[in-house]
Amino acid sequence: MTLTGLTHPDMSWNSNEIMTIAAARSLKNGMICFVGIGIPSTAAILAKSMHAPDIFLIYESGTIDTNPKKLPLSIGDGELANNSLSVVGMPEIFNYWLQPGRVDIGFLGAAQIDKFGNINTTFIGNHYREPKVRLPGAGGATEIAGACKEVVIILKHSERAFVEKLDFITSIGHGDGPQSRHRLGLIGNGPSAVITDLGILQPDPETLELTLVQLHPGITVDQVKRNTGWKLKVAEKLTTTPNPKKIELENVRALIATSSLKPKE
Amino acid sequence: MSKNLSKFKSLKDAISEYVSDGDMIAIEGFTHLIPFAAAHEIIRQGKTNLTAVRLTPDLVYDQLIGSGCVSKVIFSFVGNPGVGSLHRFKDAYLNDWPKPLEIEEHTHAGLTNRYIAGASGLPFAILRGYSGSDLIKETKNIAFINSPFSDEQILAVAAINPDITIIHAQQADMNGNVMLWGIVGSSKEAIFAAKKVIVTVEEIVDKFQPQFNSIIIPAVLINCVVLQPNGAWPSYASGYYERDNDQYIKWDIISKDRESFQEWLQSEIFAKVSL
Repeated sequence: MTLTGLTHPDMSWNSNEIMTIAAARSLKNGMICFVGIGIPSTAAILAKSMHAPDIFLIYESGTIDTNPKKLPLSIGDGELANNSLSVVGMPEIFNYWLQPGRVDIGFLGAAQIDKFGNINTTFIGNHYREPKVRLPGAGGATEIAGACKEVVIILKHSERAFVEKLDFITSIGHGDGPQSRHRLGLIGNGPSAVITDLGILQPDPETLELTLVQLHPGITVDQVKRNTGWKLKVAEKLTTTPNPKKIELENVRALIATSSLKPKE
Repeated sequence: MSKNLSKFKSLKDAISEYVSDGDMIAIEGFTHLIPFAAAHEIIRQGKTNLTAVRLTPDLVYDQLIGSGCVSKVIFSFVGNPGVGSLHRFKDAYLNDWPKPLEIEEHTHAGLTNRYIAGASGLPFAILRGYSGSDLIKETKNIAFINSPFSDEQILAVAAINPDITIIHAQQADMNGNVMLWGIVGSSKEAIFAAKKVIVTVEEIVDKFQPQFNSIIIPAVLINCVVLQPNGAWPSYASGYYERDNDQYIKWDIISKDRESFQEWLQSEIFAKVSL
């Protein structure tokens, strides 16, 4: 997990900060949100410190209505348990909260993503039994992706991560297009946005193919295309992410400063 | 005087009496209350050919795998939480060092429901899970079945019944009942699913004082209680000590190559004796 990115020339924030801020802005106050560790968690805590104080955060470790003050290193840190309404076992989290569709939004990371927002967190390579790079696997993500009313995926843009074909589908997005989720009997609506360090992609309303809809300040369409491994479609009405506010930058920096991990360059 | 004095054992005796080569073992505790001391005693006693079940193998299984105790691991998230990879797991799985390692991979929801089925004495549990995931092609012990009451398919996961489950808890009382609080993960289900249960505890108290979100495991479910202060380090025991995040970060370096891992094994495991 990288906590700082390269600073943009002539700008006073870095790529991780803008990505985290954009993700935080996608959360609405009062939502029930299922959060993964890393940048998704940073973004959710940031949202809670600003425009969404009543957001109801659930972590897979069992913490309900979680209100962490600093960044947890792991999904089960005492920081999460000690600042929650209650702590429950995993059967309640997965079977009673997630499975029936009680969660409004799932916040996930990924190692690889394809044009339909399917994600891979299992391995890179040609064969499951002989992976080139073995990744952690599903954890809670597969059922989060299936059952949350919507899913937001947060990851850095690169040609290696945004691929034409996944090496392995760990968690389903929009499958191979319209009706895929319905055929699989999934109750959630799937990915509503992919938020990266360069901009925001959303599924096309008809084809469900991820389309560039928003650029972060100072980023060009060409830059995004170069970092996408499929022929990226661009929305007719392309918007620009509003510049981070001073309070957003102050809060995200204060949060990242509480991490146990030393920032990597 | 305690009714259940015979239930209290030393760690050495508990592991030697209840853990056998070839067992299916579940060492649970989700990030919190991971029974590291018990796992280290398993390494010290050279147990082999274990099938090791755990949602998150974490450092504890990386250490058991690197020591050659494990021939198969059943899991749902294999990483060093917040830090990166488990190098000993990868070396065993990809390079057969020190031994070949078989894997069976699930999701958290799936593996939790395997424990639930085991705990309930049922052949399988059902869930809405794995749909659309390639895991379906690779993972044993899961199958879609038709719902008898509606027009849909639902996933069944086979029960899992470990020969032995080991957990760590904050407290035991004099009768061998156990209380734990904070994050409990799937520990309760792993206990009910198991044929035998060992619990290591931070402290033995006269009488439990209720704590925020505490759960009690009655002594009748437990074969053996071990007093093992600090037994969850470098994970944590809420109310006793915090997670040693630095140790998790250091493990990334210690475990990266075989030599430094073996040095760690000598100095931190074999040079230390369990009472």
